[in-house]
Amino acid sequence: MHAGTLCIHDNILTFLLKFPAMLLQQLINGLTLGGVYALIALGYTMVYGILELINFAHGEIYMLGAYLGIIFLGLFTVIGLTSVSLPLALFFTVLLTIVVCSAYGFAMEKVAYKPLRNAPRLSPLISAIGISIFLQNYVMLTQGATDQVFPQRFGDSGLQFLNVSMTYLQALIIIVSGLLMLSLHLFIQKTRMGKAMRAVAQDKTMAALAGINVNGIISVTFIIGAGLAAMAGIMVASYYGLVNYYIGYIAGIKAFTAAVLGGIGNIPGAMVGGIILGLVESAGAAYISSEYKDAYAFIILIVILLIKPAGILGKNTEEKV
Amino acid sequence: MNYETIKKHPVLKSLLISLFAAILFLPFKDIKSSTILFAIMFIFISAVLLIKKSQILPALPKIRWAPPHFLRAASVPSVIMVFILLPFYLNDYYLDVLIMSGIYMLLALGLNIIVGFTGLLNLGFAAFYAIGAYTYAVVNTKLGLDFWVSVPLSAGITALSGIVLAIPALRLRGDYLAIVTLGFGEIARLVLNNWDSLTNGPNGITGIARPSLFGASLDKLNTYYYLVFIFVAIAVIIIRRVECSRIGRAWISIKENEIAASSLGINTTKYKLYAFGFGTVWAGIAGILFASKMQFVSPESFTFMESVLILSMVIVGGLGNTFGAIAGAFILVLLPELLREVQSYRMLILGIALVLLMLFRPQGILGGFKSVHFRR
Repeated sequence: MHAGTLCIHDNILTFLLKFPAMLLQQLINGLTLGGVYALIALGYTMVYGILELINFAHGEIYMLGAYLGIIFLGLFTVIGLTSVSLPLALFFTVLLTIVVCSAYGFAMEKVAYKPLRNAPRLSPLISAIGISIFLQNYVMLTQGATDQVFPQRFGDSGLQFLNVSMTYLQALIIIVSGLLMLSLHLFIQKTRMGKAMRAVAQDKTMAALAGINVNGIISVTFIIGAGLAAMAGIMVASYYGLVNYYIGYIAGIKAFTAAVLGGIGNIPGAMVGGIILGLVESAGAAYISSEYKDAYAFIILIVILLIKPAGILGKNTEEKV
Repeated sequence: MNYETIKKHPVLKSLLISLFAAILFLPFKDIKSSTILFAIMFIFISAVLLIKKSQILPALPKIRWAPPHFLRAASVPSVIMVFILLPFYLNDYYLDVLIMSGIYMLLALGLNIIVGFTGLLNLGFAAFYAIGAYTYAVVNTKLGLDFWVSVPLSAGITALSGIVLAIPALRLRGDYLAIVTLGFGEIARLVLNNWDSLTNGPNGITGIARPSLFGASLDKLNTYYYLVFIFVAIAVIIIRRVECSRIGRAWISIKENEIAASSLGINTTKYKLYAFGFGTVWAGIAGILFASKMQFVSPESFTFMESVLILSMVIVGGLGNTFGAIAGAFILVLLPELLREVQSYRMLILGIALVLLMLFRPQGILGGFKSVHFRR
């Protein structure tokens, strides 16, 4: 009896001691995950902002990115570039992956969405689903249905502080996704093309009248979105070390959830939404139960949408008559 | 030569497109296969473009064919006759496929009420299918209730869950509603997967009873086939009646313009709730038929992919068209089975088929045809 109370007492003490460290650890894990979600969510939100289209095949671009990362790095290992200079090989892998994925994004828009621009609103949704099914099976048939292993292991080396650890890879993912989001923000806000993009998102007809190449801007949107998703794909492939042809589906749903959470069509919203989703997921898995890991994203989404029906940063515009 | 002239020239354009496709394909496979891909695409695309440019084929005349009256009158009885006679000519395998297509017809009919009539995008319809199936699985294996008692019970519980989801969700507009239904679908699946004491987790529930009628068990495939299609027929008759009623017109007016509908005095929230309740009833019935047919349910049967498949059926058939939903379900269940010969490629072909269908008929197979004939 006495021993029992002491034991509980002891547990609470260690819990209180461990709590901040564990929280910090979850913060780091959550930011890593959230950065990746945010990068994918940006593609959803940019396309939605311009075309009001849920690009269901976007998750597959992320999956292609993960695969292409493995393929190109494997190729460089065979050639011998990796043993000469690993950073150089990684650089070229990232570059090639982004270029090829962007080309896939570009082709996808031309084949499945552009001919349907004046079709009923749900038709592009079905062609997107068709593309998504096609890409999954395309990768499965060419690469096999088994897990593919990322050729380079980065190990668990990293920073250690008390009980909190952050691997270099995690730090890299957080920094890279932060930098990419910052540069996208600057691109949209400061450059001429970004301005044109915002104009097309506001009103396509007026933008065309002002001399903007609307089709070109839409293509650029798909290319940038696919590039960001490709980056997310490579980072996840190196982080988990394994990829499969169906990873695009769940990541796609979660990233889309993140985009809606922040207010769909709103670029800072997608970043905020992605990071919140990552944090909620890793905290929920650590503190509540990891069995429902995939459900937290949706629970938080429903709760937030009930409080703010247009998402965290979305403007609740009244419909005009 | 600049880009514009290349785009106008059929051979150069097809060269450009097929080269692009071959380069995209290259990282995933070897050089030999991408060369083959290049050659096939080049020949095919340049043929298509050349034919298009030279205008060898005359423009297809617009077909405006109105069937003679006796054919129209005979169409419904003859379709019914075909469905009655089919089990005598088909083997068990095709009968099985037809039973599944009947179950999907019920699902598509239900979703068509929500998405097609009322215009509320629902991406989590499989959740209601699951609720219907699990309700029967639980009450049958734990309480011993039989099929006929469970039909109203399953349908009622499913409709109730639809309304309970809809009450908070209907505050949201458009795609926000879609993502909440998607989230609901995923949460429902995860709950089924983890609530071990009730649903037996990922292992599912086995030993669900087949229905029996007047003491005779309906476990032959052909009797089961009739059972399913009697439900489909009942669904079609009831849905057509509701569609042509005041409620149906209110739904369509909400889809066309919600603000205009509400300014005409239609209580939009009420009618949207009706749509959710009435649409999910059919998912519940489809669920109980599925559970009793398989005699086994597990969360694996109710994934997001299932919701997407049902939605595809509705859109492929033609949004808002009751017979379109039936046609869509029939085609999308049958198509993968017909492609059984090319087993590993069938999903690939299904994906391409969905894209092509939307490109050539964006409004769906029966879309654009008036489904409702308003009578005074």
